Amino acid sequence: MTNPAIEIQGLTKDYPVGFWRKRMCRSLDYLTLRVEEGETFGFLGPNGAGKTTTMKLLMGLIFPTAGTARVRGRSIEDVRMHREIGYMPEQPYFYDYLTARELLEYFARFFGYSAVERRERVTRFLELVGLTTASDVQLRKFSKGMLQRVGIAQAILHDPQVVFLDEPMSGLDPVGRREVRDIILNLKRQGRTVFFSTHILSDAEMLCDRVGVLVGGKLRGVGAPEELVSMEVLGMEILFEVRAGSAPPTSMAERATHTGNRYRVEVAEADLYSALEELRSCEARILSLAPLRPSLEDYFLKLVGREQAMQPPTEVSLV
Amino acid sequence: MSTMPAVVAVNTFREAVRDRVLYNLIIFALMMIGGAILVGEISIGVHQMVIVNLGLSAISIFGIIMAIFIGVGLVHKEMEKRTLYSLLAKPIRRWEFLVGKFAGLLLTLLVNTALMTLGLTGALYYVSRTFQRSDVAILVAVYFILLELALITALALFFSCFSSPMLSTLYTLGIYVAGVFAPDIKGVSEYTQSPAMAAGARFVYYLLPNFHNFNVIAAAAHGETIPFTLIWHNTLYAALYVILILVAASAVFSGRNLK
Repeated sequence: MTNPAIEIQGLTKDYPVGFWRKRMCRSLDYLTLRVEEGETFGFLGPNGAGKTTTMKLLMGLIFPTAGTARVRGRSIEDVRMHREIGYMPEQPYFYDYLTARELLEYFARFFGYSAVERRERVTRFLELVGLTTASDVQLRKFSKGMLQRVGIAQAILHDPQVVFLDEPMSGLDPVGRREVRDIILNLKRQGRTVFFSTHILSDAEMLCDRVGVLVGGKLRGVGAPEELVSMEVLGMEILFEVRAGSAPPTSMAERATHTGNRYRVEVAEADLYSALEELRSCEARILSLAPLRPSLEDYFLKLVGREQAMQPPTEVSLV
Repeated sequence: MSTMPAVVAVNTFREAVRDRVLYNLIIFALMMIGGAILVGEISIGVHQMVIVNLGLSAISIFGIIMAIFIGVGLVHKEMEKRTLYSLLAKPIRRWEFLVGKFAGLLLTLLVNTALMTLGLTGALYYVSRTFQRSDVAILVAVYFILLELALITALALFFSCFSSPMLSTLYTLGIYVAGVFAPDIKGVSEYTQSPAMAAGARFVYYLLPNFHNFNVIAAAAHGETIPFTLIWHNTLYAALYVILILVAASAVFSGRNLK
């Protein structure tokens, strides 16, 4: 059996709270998880679920109250582990007196590249994240989206085998999101392991081999998106177009939503053929026909629940 | 030997330069030019002494202000702005980061002090049109100022690891002032009637860095020779003290959860 890319065993984190810091608040509760080499893993959860805490624990930015974790067989306490990983923090912030090129050159120095190799890499990765034209602008003049791109570039600059991205799509416009998705897909094609947290469930559904849902510091579900959501067909969605001046069949008119003469209607699977027959009789043009299945979002909302999402982290007694 | 601290040090130096820290040199240059002209007008036969006193005191004060005010933000600023997150995810140990930060500020202070010393020697040459053998004492005084700055930087860095810049400034400044009066603290231990107070004063005397020994400005201004043993002792003392403070800072910082 091969080593997993990420192996987390009972990782727990308590924070002291209150004026005397005697009360402890549990931010992550006995997280046990295994991510295989080459897998793209999405870490989902509402705000305050413990996603960033997990990332920070894995990066050694904070220390666990209990539990252990290994990345590619190395303990997270071993500095050599950091040669094989890349990390982009949530809402990254960098030295604003540096330009994007200088920042990447600075980070590249920690990996012992020669000057020529550094220059070549920095140029290549600036191009990859679409910052070539802004490469010599000081970071204090960068927008949030541009900083996000710099964050991704510095995380993958040294071709790490495991990439941790904390909310990589946050703050990006649709074009930027698409570019980040492409970068993640590219990393996946190259056989890299990608572990990312996100609020955007459609991205997770599109990119991830598996997802984990964290609620109140506890892992509530892990699996492939298609395993987690039921394959049961909830109904059929029909998009159709009627001729100008014509109306849709009367049985659908109340339920259908429309823009101009294009209509969208949901019907039960058993009623599909009769609905199609009615559409044929009024010479409507069928634009698309698709089954309605529960989405990852449905699963997520069911698991999290509105009340649970609003709950504060669990308070625990002082050990 | 790890090269990581050197990488961090160069970036720290660059930060200081980009933050226009070295602009203080302009004020220093103006002081030196003004001082030299004024001395030429008012002093008779003590030009050199006044210029050396003025110059070395300015080098020391400017350096101390820089060491404290930049030093207290060295680690705290990186934690507050979260620039440390991306950095510590690289293969660098926390102590290497600290040593790099220390070396970077020291490099800034070294460049600053070297340029100021150049200004001082320029002013000296302007008033006396010659250099004397005794002027070597000025260089020794500058060297002692650098040792003093290394100690202050290490202290500021240490406090920066666990407290806010304002508190760190107070702590560092407090220790510096107490360290300047170290002989008086020793005096208390010798003259007090209370054995408890004598023991307490002795403990404080040995615990605090003795900044008094680094001040040879008056001797340099009078052209006195600085004994070699003092140079040697001060060097060893500063090196050991700096190492101890950096080890303590590393111990504190290595166990710290970043918020």
